[in-house]
Amino acid sequence: METLEQIKNRAELAVRGAKIDIVANPGPSQQSSLLLDHEHAVGVATFLRDHPALSFDFCSNVTGVDWLDRVLKKTAKVKQVVDGVEKEVDQTTEEKIPGCLEAVYHLYSIKHKHGPLIIRMRTANRGDGARLPSLTPIWRSAELQEREIFDLYGIRFDNHPDLRRILMWDEFVDFPMRKDYRDPDDYEWEPTPHDDVLERAKQHYTPRPTLDGAENITAP
Amino acid sequence: MSEGQIDEGLRSELQRQGVWVTSMQELYNWGRKNSIWPLQFGLACCAIEMIATAASRYDIARFGGEVFRPSPRQADLMIVAGTVTKKMAPQIVRLYNQMPDPKYVISMGACAISGGPFKQGYNVLKGIDRYIPVDVYIPGCPPRPEALLHAFMELQRKIDSQKLSGAGKAEFLKPEQPSEFPVPAFGEHDLQPPANPDVYQPPKLERV
Amino acid sequence: MTNNGNDSAVATSLREVETGHRPVATMSSRLDGELLEVSMGPQHPSTHGVFRMNVALEGEIVRKLKPVFGYLHRNHEKIGENATYLGSMPYTDRLDYFCSMTNNWAYALSVEKLVGIEVPERAEYLRVILAELTRLQNHASLLGFLLSDMGAWGTPLMYAFREREKILDLFESLSGSRMMCDYMRFGGCRVDADDAWLAGAKKIVDRFPKFLDEFEALILQNEIVIARTQNVGKLSPELAISAGITGPMLRACGVNYDIRKVDGYGIYPRFKFRIPLGDHGDTYDRLMMRALEMHESIEILKQALAQIQPGPVMNPKVKIRAFRPPIGEAYGRIEGPKGELGFYLISDGGPNPYRYRVRPPSFINLTVLEDLCLGHTVADVMVILGSIDIVMGEVDR
Repeated sequence: METLEQIKNRAELAVRGAKIDIVANPGPSQQSSLLLDHEHAVGVATFLRDHPALSFDFCSNVTGVDWLDRVLKKTAKVKQVVDGVEKEVDQTTEEKIPGCLEAVYHLYSIKHKHGPLIIRMRTANRGDGARLPSLTPIWRSAELQEREIFDLYGIRFDNHPDLRRILMWDEFVDFPMRKDYRDPDDYEWEPTPHDDVLERAKQHYTPRPTLDGAENITAP
Repeated sequence: MSEGQIDEGLRSELQRQGVWVTSMQELYNWGRKNSIWPLQFGLACCAIEMIATAASRYDIARFGGEVFRPSPRQADLMIVAGTVTKKMAPQIVRLYNQMPDPKYVISMGACAISGGPFKQGYNVLKGIDRYIPVDVYIPGCPPRPEALLHAFMELQRKIDSQKLSGAGKAEFLKPEQPSEFPVPAFGEHDLQPPANPDVYQPPKLERV
Repeated sequence: MTNNGNDSAVATSLREVETGHRPVATMSSRLDGELLEVSMGPQHPSTHGVFRMNVALEGEIVRKLKPVFGYLHRNHEKIGENATYLGSMPYTDRLDYFCSMTNNWAYALSVEKLVGIEVPERAEYLRVILAELTRLQNHASLLGFLLSDMGAWGTPLMYAFREREKILDLFESLSGSRMMCDYMRFGGCRVDADDAWLAGAKKIVDRFPKFLDEFEALILQNEIVIARTQNVGKLSPELAISAGITGPMLRACGVNYDIRKVDGYGIYPRFKFRIPLGDHGDTYDRLMMRALEMHESIEILKQALAQIQPGPVMNPKVKIRAFRPPIGEAYGRIEGPKGELGFYLISDGGPNPYRYRVRPPSFINLTVLEDLCLGHTVADVMVILGSIDIVMGEVDR
């Protein structure tokens, strides 16, 4: 299989105006991916499937990922004048990275028996802009998996033939796999609760009777 | 018709003479307990152990339970084997309602007792006994086929001890006992209602 | 196979798939003539689990089929995000509950790719032996279940379960549990197998061909099976590739793609085995695939049991406590008995995965269920569904 840069150059030549970035994967598995933009994703995907040298005709896996809003703290040494003496001081800058929802596609080629090629698409935000173009017209295997991403994450896929909930019941309104989803409260009886289950189960218990104030003593 | 109390000495004396004495209750319960027809109802992994119990090594046919009926109208035991999800719960209650009295429920595996390893789940019902009454619980994940046979024998003992008349008579003979339970509906975040208060009475734990 | 009106049972080219040659999506749109809507499931006598199909019938012929999933959705992926990497291993047993060893291997392979861990040789041999034993009992059980669906009232199932019990005895003496083995670890296996266990495995492998001959003569040369499964549910190779079908179902269409040969994970390149391929892509070919693959598994087992050498079974450099993989992502896949089973893991450096995704073969193989069943009768639907080989624990996770 060709390298990621070569595939990216070929795709950008074939589909005019496509903007493809390479998302590097720092870990030992070395599976880096291509980030596609929304308008040209369908064109790039068709090119990847039909080009005779690449021929990625088999879409193996479609995954949804939820990235919450993150704040990255970077510390850098900056020269500052403190008390008249120039010193190097640590300055922390906070960078706000807005959250988004993401769909990751793993592509293989059955004809040439190579792969995987990983492509990603990110939504604009986690609210109204959670829309992505559907790649089901190109690879039929994305049909049920994109429905599952819609059910569990809330990404709307444009041009999907049948977009409705698949795993949860139709009257359900939440998107359960998102990181900020809270379970419904049915923990009335828990024999040994701990961590966050304990927090939620506490409202159903009789509070622990206070002792003689001994519990308020802290170590000196 | 007596309460089923026959003097054992008299009974064995008569048996030696070739006379067999029994009571209606014993005879009725003996017929019922040795010919239980389970409903063919497996949800998840425990269903495979249930099938293994019905296979030739851990034969359930020698206990009388070999005829697994696919239709609830012809079954009198529902073995809830596997995780009960909230999407499936209304269908289980409907199936239970369709079974004719007297009917029994065995809750097989940790998932059917209380949610099991999947307890922290937005779609997992934390125990089938939130909506229907359960007679025998089998712990395990999955319980071995011998455990299911043991539960079957416990159920047979329970059936044997059910009285037909008098003050302590069996539940299904009392006219005010419900044999159908309300089916939960799908709500926006959870099932409505999350549990049936007539059926599900968890103990109140005092934290000291 | 009848072609009535504008419905034809199989889209035979990719162009038809692309231009939307598929039935209309909603159940409420009706054709001329009366359609009877029937809901098959979620409780039905075929033991594939809680699966529901909304079928629109014209007489006995299927006009529309919409599967409904989710009756066993146990949010395995959310639990995977809340549990540690090793804590998710027992949950992978319960995905495809027939084949717990191969599920464990797929997950261990993905984590080993994520971190870059090497596995000692004896552990690789043990993994291959257990995976092929799993494949044997899975395919035998599938043939048994399919025959029960066709009305054989459980006799082939008893034969298959007899062999399965022998293999489960082996699993129990090695890992402690019949079905939920939880045996693989990142960097090897949990416990070593002693010579007595290997001798027991060899005994089963030596006696299996005799059972296979008896089983095949009983099932595959039976005229009812042949009449009910030939030319039923034909799948074309183009549709199969586009729909992401993997496993014996893909090879029954004639596509030569087996991940054991393509990726060459583990030590599979050391073994000589063939890949059976089908000609027609119908249900009978799918059944034959399973039978032929059982023969090839026996070949692999014989070679593995002969070649295994004593040695360690666990990589000593792997940290068990405080296992924190570096930041990154990895996708690892194996050829499970049902198809390509893959795990996609995103790590953010903490003890829990940031995203834990299972690529379920049974779920994706069901994409084409409607295409296969259109134009056939209701009785054929159960036969086609049985030959796809689904397990609901994997479909709904």
